[in-house]
Amino acid sequence: MIDKFVPSMAAAMEGIGDSATVLLGGFADVGIPRALLAGLVDTGAHDLTIVAVAGGREGSANERLLSLGRVRKLICTFVRPASIAARLFQRGELELEIIPQGTLAERLRAAGAGIPAFYTPTGADTLLAEGRETREINGRLCLLEYPLRGDVALLEAWRADRWGNLVYREAQQNFNPVMAMAADLAIAQTYHTAELGELEPNVIDTPGVFVQRVLHVPEGEIHG
Amino acid sequence: MAELAIKPLGREAMAERVARDIPEGWLVNLGIGIPTLIADFVPEDREVLFHSENGIIGMGKAPPKEQINPFLINASSQHVTLRQGGSYIHHADSFAIARGGHLDLCVLGAFEVSDSGDIANWARSADEPVKQVGGAMDLAIGTKRLWVVMEHTTKEGAPRLVQRCSYPLTAKRVVKRVYTNLAVLDVEPRGFVVRDMLPGLSFEALQAHTDARLHQA
Repeated sequence: MIDKFVPSMAAAMEGIGDSATVLLGGFADVGIPRALLAGLVDTGAHDLTIVAVAGGREGSANERLLSLGRVRKLICTFVRPASIAARLFQRGELELEIIPQGTLAERLRAAGAGIPAFYTPTGADTLLAEGRETREINGRLCLLEYPLRGDVALLEAWRADRWGNLVYREAQQNFNPVMAMAADLAIAQTYHTAELGELEPNVIDTPGVFVQRVLHVPEGEIHG
Repeated sequence: MAELAIKPLGREAMAERVARDIPEGWLVNLGIGIPTLIADFVPEDREVLFHSENGIIGMGKAPPKEQINPFLINASSQHVTLRQGGSYIHHADSFAIARGGHLDLCVLGAFEVSDSGDIANWARSADEPVKQVGGAMDLAIGTKRLWVVMEHTTKEGAPRLVQRCSYPLTAKRVVKRVYTNLAVLDVEPRGFVVRDMLPGLSFEALQAHTDARLHQA
């Protein structure tokens, strides 16, 4: 019997080692796997590469991970000038790779879809293209981009079944589905569980084949 | 620089002016700042579809406080609603909309726009240690039309409509129209063409507040 539900945070985090590349789902306050992130902090793993839309809001677990010095490199689309990430970067204690948001999504998708590289006009005429391979395609300057793969993805879903099928609500999906595809070990926390067969096949957003572990976190947070 | 005898438009009035030119049926993305205000001036019965980068097609107005849904925010982290017929998508599909030429219009703010349509809106200098890219570059290269809404000059009076941008570029040769607090200008092969000006403002006075050469329509 396939059962991807794990009984504890320890089981969810098992095997995440130092130097792992971790994809973090979520956008602003929505779709963020807060409990899993707190679990990642507790593993003590360090020299991590974190891939997320932004550098971590004040009081977030991502920010805590940064402030504890566990992150070697942050790949994201923006960092607030007053944030911990910005301060660490300016002190030379954090590598920072700032990339356009669509390029981030597409590099993740490419990793999940087996696309070895792609060209995009996004950023081709900008500072971000300095020293990198460009090529004119159909009269337009384009920039070569490579896939962005993770060892681990941390995701948040609304409902999940034991095969790892995921359903999101409203704007909760954001980066979660592409990150699920792009990681070797995709771990989802879910508000609700469903029996196998209960989720309507046509509305499953992330098929369980992209998900390895599911942790039931009823309120989206760890309690007790 | 000469003082203006007339009162420039405020933020809301600029947003209202842009909203007037958005026809029914368009799929539109609005950037943060003044562009976000534009949606409030598009009447409900004019069916314009607003796209938000975090995965919303058919975004509606802000809900009353008691109807806030914590799972439903826009790219500026504001609480929003979904219009009937709207849908939710993931980030890669959302940026496929932006990059794949599916947006009829994107309206962004900017620091500077050049008369060849270059836009600078993401960094104040190449030496800025920490930069914020976000989704502006993807939107700028991918949309069918890019309009910019911004003040005609900086607070210090320096022109923002320039021959060559001094700030780092977001994208080259992409801006089609600029709405400022003084005028509406199209970007054409010959440069900025003035389509509309505040009443009482002369072409010469507008030129005096502009670095790039202006053309009469």
